[in-house]
Amino acid sequence: MNASLMTLEIWVLILGIVLMLADFFFSVSPERKKYIAYLGIASLAVMLLTILGSDAVTGVGFNGSFVEDELAIFFKRFFLIAAILVLFLASEFSDKISATLPEYYSLVIFALTGMLFAASANDFAMLFVSIELITVTFYILVSYQRRKVGSLEAGVKYLIIGALSSAFMVFGIALIWGTTGQINFNQLAAVAPQFVDNKIFLTGVLFLLAGLGFKISAVPFQIWVPDVYQGAPTPTTAFLAVGSKAAGFVLLLRVLFTAIPAVTERWADFLIVISALTILYGNLCALPQQNLKRMLGYSSISHAGYLLLGVAAISVSGRSAVMYYLAGYLFTIIASFTVIALVMRHLNNEDISSLAGLNQRSPLLATTMTLAMVSLAGLPPLAGFFGKFLLLKSVIAAGASNPGYYYLAFIALAGIVISFYYYFGVIRAIYWSKDAKDLSPITLSGTAKFSIAICIAGMIWLGTFPSVVVSLADEAAKAIK
Amino acid sequence: MFTFILNHCLTGIFCCPLLTALLLVFVPRNYRVIIRAIAILGTFISAALAVYMFCRFTPGAGGYQFESRIPWVESLGISYHVGVDGINVGLVLMSAIVAFAATLCAWEIQTREKEFYILLLIMSGGIMGAFASLDLFFFYFLHEFALVPTFIMIGVWGRGERKNFATFQITLYLSIGALLALIGLIALYVQSGANTFDIPGLIAYAKNNPLSVSSQNFIFPLLLFGFGILVSLWPFHSWAPLGYGSAPAPTAMLHAGVIKKFGLYGLIRIALPLMPVAAHSWMTILSWLCLGNILYIGWVAMRQRELNLLIGNSSVAHMGFIFLGIASLNVIGVSGAVFIMVAHGFLAALTFALSGYIYQRAGTLEMAELGGLCRPLHFIGTAILMAMLAGCGLPGFANFVGEVTVFFGAWKQFPVVTVLAIWGALVIGGIYMMRAARNILHGPVPAKFSSLADAGLWRKLPYALLLAALFLFGCFPKLLTDQIVPDATKVVSVYQSSNLTRLNVAKPAMQTVSIANRQRAAENQ
Repeated sequence: MNASLMTLEIWVLILGIVLMLADFFFSVSPERKKYIAYLGIASLAVMLLTILGSDAVTGVGFNGSFVEDELAIFFKRFFLIAAILVLFLASEFSDKISATLPEYYSLVIFALTGMLFAASANDFAMLFVSIELITVTFYILVSYQRRKVGSLEAGVKYLIIGALSSAFMVFGIALIWGTTGQINFNQLAAVAPQFVDNKIFLTGVLFLLAGLGFKISAVPFQIWVPDVYQGAPTPTTAFLAVGSKAAGFVLLLRVLFTAIPAVTERWADFLIVISALTILYGNLCALPQQNLKRMLGYSSISHAGYLLLGVAAISVSGRSAVMYYLAGYLFTIIASFTVIALVMRHLNNEDISSLAGLNQRSPLLATTMTLAMVSLAGLPPLAGFFGKFLLLKSVIAAGASNPGYYYLAFIALAGIVISFYYYFGVIRAIYWSKDAKDLSPITLSGTAKFSIAICIAGMIWLGTFPSVVVSLADEAAKAIK
Repeated sequence: MFTFILNHCLTGIFCCPLLTALLLVFVPRNYRVIIRAIAILGTFISAALAVYMFCRFTPGAGGYQFESRIPWVESLGISYHVGVDGINVGLVLMSAIVAFAATLCAWEIQTREKEFYILLLIMSGGIMGAFASLDLFFFYFLHEFALVPTFIMIGVWGRGERKNFATFQITLYLSIGALLALIGLIALYVQSGANTFDIPGLIAYAKNNPLSVSSQNFIFPLLLFGFGILVSLWPFHSWAPLGYGSAPAPTAMLHAGVIKKFGLYGLIRIALPLMPVAAHSWMTILSWLCLGNILYIGWVAMRQRELNLLIGNSSVAHMGFIFLGIASLNVIGVSGAVFIMVAHGFLAALTFALSGYIYQRAGTLEMAELGGLCRPLHFIGTAILMAMLAGCGLPGFANFVGEVTVFFGAWKQFPVVTVLAIWGALVIGGIYMMRAARNILHGPVPAKFSSLADAGLWRKLPYALLLAALFLFGCFPKLLTDQIVPDATKVVSVYQSSNLTRLNVAKPAMQTVSIANRQRAAENQ
């Protein structure tokens, strides 16, 4: 037992409870309540710098169910940064949330706790508990604007499909345990080669992957994404797009490459097909969208497909590319949702056309949105380009053994070209749409400017000086055994 | 400090416009004159540095000059590596001068100047960086960086009714081309096994460990057609005339003159030395495709009624000569191709700048409505006439030298294609150019155009500069050929008759037998 491995998780949990209790001690004005969010941000930043600083502890604890390796540390840093940016966004968005605010902040922190556990999960019990912690928290976060029908609808849809996928996952875990008798990833890996032809075992793996596919929104488990992204409060959508997806990916990496590498290698073609379908589905469905959040929902499906390129490549460079891509995606997607929250907070719908004239209303927001779209489209010099470059490289490198990877690379190429159309549609609406109704300037608070500056700096830094994050991602990828 | 700048002047040449663009972000948008002055100054400094570098370049010294190298992502073998040899020194000079001229010509832009100049500077800096870089990653990265502003500029500042369609078409075509080339370049990196993106490093590695024939046959078409789409190789050319017709003049100057040469440069720099077997087998097909550019597009150009579409088509047609030079795979042909790349850069920039001037003043480019423009516009009219003569290959202008060299180079391999290409160059090119000159420059002046103002002294500068460059390299081609030939020799050295027979003899063996066996076979010869 080495409880010190869990220091970070314990502190984050305490922080969540403190934020919830802080409600009793602060006065009722929503302006003041923002300080609760700032308290949370400051505490998370301190934890990021101290516990996850350069000399973070590594090790395995709790009978091998909790592992703190380079992979876990990479993702924990990622989740903390995501939560900090989402709290900034939530504090800006506070006037739209009628229910008590501090609970919203503490729910974000609880979801973060789930993600931190997910990053360290090394057996199926830990995997399931962490996923449930994330998902159950998100049921509430999604339907938090309880006077808005869209938000409630999104909550119900997320609840039903989320519960269904959890059921699949539990069933899958039960089948795996029933056939192999193992629940720990490392121990399962030792026996899994004996079971690669066992139909019940493989059904279990398939059900487990269905549950994870729901988290990362891969085809065919993507159906909830557009409605939930559109209906949920914008900070929730941002956290869902970044944190929840990344949690799904870290678990997917652990399961596929630590627990059942023997099965994964046989299922390369299956992964290729899933990745290709996800890319095509996301990009093609995003084309006709009018609602910006819905469009970003479909685009998030397509990005899940791009990320699956690195998983499907079944190589260290592929896994490292997944992590690099997620890091770039974090800053990009939070930048775009911050702009959406600030521009559209007084509107009932989030149509792309309501961005018209943004470059006159607020040049900073217009620039941020443009950079975010350019990065999502994967153009230099921003983070998205280098990420896609690494993913394509890993897929093409795998092509020597299986020509299916070349087809996958060409499908990714087709997806990227299709995506230019809708990403440029947003830029076009900002700069040269003539029917702007509202040209009043948008005033930005200092904290909003600060979080936008972090996102822009992140996108440009990752795109132009990738070496630091690439080497961190390489170390993390090598930690998966 | 000063010597440091001169030693790293290649970095200075392309970073200067990029830094100027960054500086402009912080200038308030209503300081229009200052914005323009800063942009002109930025491109002037880079042009001056490029002239300095061109004069200091020692031809045939071997290796790369003005090199700088900084590791970037060591685990992947990416480094910031720039340098010039005879093949790209002329291109960098041409890009810098055209960028300076294009910035001078941007006076026609009246709305959102700040954004326009920023994008123009990104375009110029990016493409010069792509030409200068000796690292595969930066080579692609900087080109893509330069390409994206083109789409935005045509979309926002473009002209004509078909502007939106043109933007859509050019974005789609060029993105597909660039991404195909990207897949090819990544495959090249992966398959070579050298674990480096460094171009000289890859070439040196490939000398002892050539790419397997099957990978060459997979990668070469990707690069040929990926780069080919970027260069408007027939039948993937249809984005070009319309795109240039709709683009604002400075964008068309930079794209048609400079950015388009990237694909050709990529073929010469990367595809030819690294994939000799596949290149050799594709060249006959390429020679026939380039006839599509020269003859078919020539005919299309004859039917055009609008000056910009005519120039756009003629610029596509000229690409055919360069492809023919590359297809010949010998020193004369490849040197000629590089020479035309430089010459056509000046020429395309000049013609689009002039048509931009006419559009600005007359408000139309329909040749039926224009006429007798030589009378009100002495200088511009004369410049158009000279540009058109240069376009149909009149001796004394740089294009003549390049085209004649290409024909000499291609004669041995492709006599039929060469005869047809010469016919296309002389007759078809002559017909459409001279007809256009007659329609817009001679004859009676329509009343509404009789009082058009000619370019003032300051505005003559870009046209004079580009014409001077065309004359200079047309009358003293030695200035450029001396630098090109030694390095072109290196590029095609794999194709020398003895080496080629070695490749052909070894061809069946390559797929199955190991490298050691192949080397033994070479020694036995």
